[in-house]
Amino acid sequence: MADLVKLQNIQKTYHLGEVDLPVLKGVSLAVARGELVTLMGASGSGKSTLMNILGCLDHPTSGEYWLDGQEVSHFGAKERARLRNRIIGFVFQSFNLLPRTTALENVLIPLSYTRENLSERQKRERAAEMLTKVGLADRIGHQPSQLSGGEQQRVAIARSLINHPQLLLADEPTGNLDSHTSEDILGMFETLNATDGITVILVTHDPAVAHHTRRTIRIKDGLIEGSKGVA
Amino acid sequence: MRLLGILKTAAGALRRSTMRTLLTTLGIVIGVAAVITMMEIGNGATLAIQRTLTSLGANTLAVIPGAQNVGGVNYGIGSVTTLTPNDADAISKKCPAVANVAPIVRARTQIVYGKRNWVPTYIYGSTPSFLLVRDWTNMEEGAAFTEHDVLNASKVCVIGRTIVRELFAGQSPIGKEIRVRNVSFKVIGVLSPKGANMMGQDQDDILLAPWTTIKYRVVATSVSSSNQSATNTTNATEVNSLTQMYPNITTSLYPTQSSNELADLPQPIRFANVDQILANARSAAQIPGAIEQITDALRQNHHLRPTAPNDFTVRDMTEITKAMSSTTALITKLLLYVAMISLVVGGVGIMNIMLVSVTERTREIGLRMAVGAEPNDILRQFLAEAIVVCLLGGIIGIAVGRGTSTLVSKVLNWPTVASVGAIVAAVVVSASVGVIFGFYPAWKGSRLDPIDALRYE
Repeated sequence: MADLVKLQNIQKTYHLGEVDLPVLKGVSLAVARGELVTLMGASGSGKSTLMNILGCLDHPTSGEYWLDGQEVSHFGAKERARLRNRIIGFVFQSFNLLPRTTALENVLIPLSYTRENLSERQKRERAAEMLTKVGLADRIGHQPSQLSGGEQQRVAIARSLINHPQLLLADEPTGNLDSHTSEDILGMFETLNATDGITVILVTHDPAVAHHTRRTIRIKDGLIEGSKGVA
Repeated sequence: MRLLGILKTAAGALRRSTMRTLLTTLGIVIGVAAVITMMEIGNGATLAIQRTLTSLGANTLAVIPGAQNVGGVNYGIGSVTTLTPNDADAISKKCPAVANVAPIVRARTQIVYGKRNWVPTYIYGSTPSFLLVRDWTNMEEGAAFTEHDVLNASKVCVIGRTIVRELFAGQSPIGKEIRVRNVSFKVIGVLSPKGANMMGQDQDDILLAPWTTIKYRVVATSVSSSNQSATNTTNATEVNSLTQMYPNITTSLYPTQSSNELADLPQPIRFANVDQILANARSAAQIPGAIEQITDALRQNHHLRPTAPNDFTVRDMTEITKAMSSTTALITKLLLYVAMISLVVGGVGIMNIMLVSVTERTREIGLRMAVGAEPNDILRQFLAEAIVVCLLGGIIGIAVGRGTSTLVSKVLNWPTVASVGAIVAAVVVSASVGVIFGFYPAWKGSRLDPIDALRYE
């Protein structure tokens, strides 16, 4: 199976006034389709920058990024937006749900930027289906303030899944949750990976998270330190 | 579908922050309400001013007989007598742009009451329409003469304030008889004072009687600007019997009627001409149309061949009309500026709050961008919100504005005129304000970097 994600000598340099700050200094890695991977690194290691590039939120200064068979490093803002909508699902540490908006409507958000022509009913059905999948069938009409942290994150996961992404990027998904709930959420990622074959990349600094994945990519000072497990 | 989605998203976002939405809307509500109230009060004021200027005679058209040209010598306007009362009838029947028509027969002669005498500036013979044309219908005392008096050539008259002062020393003249060139006229009304006209002539120095009376009992000839009584002092000793129709006629144009003929034809055949016809157009805008219609009607009535020149002239009151249109234009401009200022203020309010809103919702923008919103989607969303707020404000503003202007007209008794134009303009302008002032915040939101936006606290 071809690699879903393939980075070749990715470099990212920020220009702060006259000083150039190299954050990624030539990262090369590959993630196969259907893999469950942890990307680990301390703060300042370039972990977030790498995740932004992987998530097509940012483009590298140099190097090649192959996503789903396309070289996307030179894509403009508009094309990257479409890519994110179609291929990538995001889960954030702070959930990023819209306040005073029901779970269902939160899950619906990505669909308003899709090219697919779905009727309003189809959209709602699909959103309800996703919420059922994450075990929130009875919380459809609840607003974030009426949901627990774990439930909120599950809504966020349902939202990330609604466009049937191939790649799920989770940025510290358990950072705001207690350990018990964290286990639940991580278990959900494992299930999604196993049953739906979605490629999942968990970005974290927490070693406990890494135990759930077969492979861990460690990043330090802008370079890949070494891969543990299956390459 | 796509538009519906955008509007739905906008409505959702606005619902999420009800208080902010209400405050933003309030700015536009006040703006639009102010515009509509101002427009309606202003239109009322314009109408009132127009009415005032119309009473000066802005809409008045004067039809004057043409000039006679004999052997290269032009005798000037009015030197031929081509206008007849029949022409006045034709104008009132055939000219829809004309509101009222009054034929005028002029005289200049001495009037006498008791020991006093006076030569009024105007002795006009006309019909009751004259007062309508001149917008002079409210009498100070008594009443005007009627069409019936005109048909009967009744010896009644209404007089202006100046004559009351000169002949009656301020006492009520109603029911008194004054002699006009030895004909007794009963005073039945006093005109309300009008003052001097633009040329400085005293308009209250007027005696107004049925034109038939003036024509057949006072002047037998056409217009004369001289003091007719002075030339006739030799006749002053003649006894003026009431049965004599033409007391001052010097030469008989037609054979004298026998008593039998008189009995058979109580209305003698009169080959009349009038010195002038006054008409007024229905509105200032209809003046050119009225002139055209009058010209057509009179040419037809006079059986003029297409090549023949007009044997009459139609004049309008250009000076007053100009004053009226410039006043109206000025008021309209003034209102426009006031309206613009209030809408700009409302717009700046919208911009302020939208900027705050964009800043507050930075994370939402980041999230939307992360899940696939293009910058244009964000731009559209915030623009839609601004427009929805403005339209909402516009609609409420219309209601408030109409309410206020109704209240003003009811409570303060100011004239207001409902204006559909103002309402349409207010809606269009409020939507435009939404686009114009919503654009910068929306653009700012769409330029956000998704990474920074997501991390924004």
